[in-house]
Amino acid sequence: MSAILEVQELQVTFGRTAAVRGASFRVEKGQTHCLVGESGCGKSVTALAVMNLLARGGQRSAKRMSFAGTDLTSLSDREMARLRGNRMAMIFQEPMTSLNPAFTIGSQMAEVLTRHKGGSRAAALERAAELMARVGITAPGMRLGQFPHQLSGGLRQRVMIAMALMCDPELLIADEPTTALDVTVQAQILRLLASLKREFGLSILLITHDLGIVARVADHVSVMYAGEVVERAPTAELFRAPQHPYTRGLLSCVPVPGRVQRDRPLGSIPGVVPAIGPGFAGCAFRSRCAHADETCTRAIPRRPAGEAHDYLCRLEPDWAELQPA
Amino acid sequence: MTAAIEVENLRCEFRVNAGLMAAEKRVIAVDDVTFSVPAGSVLGVVGESGCGKSTLARLILGLLKPTAGTVLVDGKRLFDLDRKARARLIQPVFQDPFASLNPRRRIRDIVALPLEAQGTFSRTEIERRVGGILERVGLSAAMGERMPAQLSGGQRQRAAIARALVLEPRIVICDEPTSALDVSVQAQILNLLADLRRDLGLTYLFISHNLAVVEHVASEVAVMYLGRIVERNETDALFRKPAHPYTRALLESVLTPEPGKGVPDIGLGDVMPDPSNIPPGCRFNPRCRIAVERCRHETPVPMVRPPQGMVECHLA
Repeated sequence: MSAILEVQELQVTFGRTAAVRGASFRVEKGQTHCLVGESGCGKSVTALAVMNLLARGGQRSAKRMSFAGTDLTSLSDREMARLRGNRMAMIFQEPMTSLNPAFTIGSQMAEVLTRHKGGSRAAALERAAELMARVGITAPGMRLGQFPHQLSGGLRQRVMIAMALMCDPELLIADEPTTALDVTVQAQILRLLASLKREFGLSILLITHDLGIVARVADHVSVMYAGEVVERAPTAELFRAPQHPYTRGLLSCVPVPGRVQRDRPLGSIPGVVPAIGPGFAGCAFRSRCAHADETCTRAIPRRPAGEAHDYLCRLEPDWAELQPA
Repeated sequence: MTAAIEVENLRCEFRVNAGLMAAEKRVIAVDDVTFSVPAGSVLGVVGESGCGKSTLARLILGLLKPTAGTVLVDGKRLFDLDRKARARLIQPVFQDPFASLNPRRRIRDIVALPLEAQGTFSRTEIERRVGGILERVGLSAAMGERMPAQLSGGQRQRAAIARALVLEPRIVICDEPTSALDVSVQAQILNLLADLRRDLGLTYLFISHNLAVVEHVASEVAVMYLGRIVERNETDALFRKPAHPYTRALLESVLTPEPGKGVPDIGLGDVMPDPSNIPPGCRFNPRCRIAVERCRHETPVPMVRPPQGMVECHLA
């Protein structure tokens, strides 16, 4: 398999705050890779760093960051702008804030194509209507003339997806694309992304806090905690045999319908994410971890736990658990 | 058992401006709703955004006046009580602890405010009670000295719970209390709410869009659609044998952490429900995949479902 996106040792800082501390992952061609973690873990900042869209004051550096063979760290702003929205597209959580309220859906969608690929506005509008139909929007002709506020949340997110597909991207980065939507609409949008992946051979980097989404759509998962990727694994293996104490804790927190024991408390992770200042060393999870000892304040090894599965912890892998079921 | 909350034929309409020159629109947010919550139990209310679940919460809290119908809390009409008596009886916990705590006051002052507003507690009594409730929700005395901005989301929600419970109310309305929190913190808060209910004998009305959370906390569940309760039953019965096609669709749309199952096709279509334009017949019929001709013109009436429930569907 070949990677469409490969990130090695990504560091992002905002002043003295380290938001991402050596994150490494690869998104294989035609696969969905999930970055999962809780708020503040650096998952969104990682995506923004890849797109070179960090807010002012954000500094990124990486040992390697390549997109389809192109080294992203060496690209000029102009070259990067040519990639963005073209060969790599992005959709965000709240479609209302990413659509311009003052322009019609049609003109915003058409602009993406004419800016990157040229051609006439009429042809661009035609493609916009085509893609809107493809993402399940009824009466696309009418929708093209509407403004964002005239659409429901689910429809706006479909418009964002259609817009992201205008230039036939190879990689789609989706940051919490369904978090603002109802569960019923969420299921529809996720089904849509899965079918687009199959049909267009799209690779997807999906950022989410929701382990249910990860289980259902990801091929591969990177779990982030306090700016680090603490565990990476193929999806089925991560859910069957998580190795990092944080991953284990996170999975125990999720109530599973039909398997609820109402008299028993849910699993929870005690404490809060620590503030990571300059010079922080060792495992960032140690203050909340039941297995922590004094060795956790030193550098933590990345332990292999199988093919494409590794994690950051002093504890040896549980090989019995890792045996294929 | 006596009912902690009793709602009868409750109705709430809003008039909204549809724009310049357009006629005023009538939005029916809660449409003839009847139910009761036994003391000491938890009624979960689920439904999509705009189904009227938060309006229902505000009606029960007495923050909104109903267009018709009655709300009895602990056997009393809220509008017969003054604000102080109401506050001793029923309290809310809202979704966003960032918006519901005064950013310029210390946590312990925020928690003390309901006691001070009563005007009947001495300084030492207030201090004793605030200290006690902060400890009960898992906040240290040092946390009490901080400002809301210095607390994490979970700690702020604990403070909001402390403020709700400091007057020792019988009933707490939880409106999406964990939706803004991370899963690890969500679990902490849900466990805390469960402990408090058991130890203090509280009754909860628990509103959430997260069905897994509701299944975990509720003894009974009501499913709302466009202002009406379309199905209600004991939690186990409702989750095991949902009778309404909308309840089934909601349950199917929950993505459990089970890899390999893919994303289900719930077949609801993309026609979103509009409370200012409620369809004739069964209000769910435009999105229902098993709807028949009868559903398009005849309004279903509530039918009994064992063991304790009801459903409004011609085909159930």
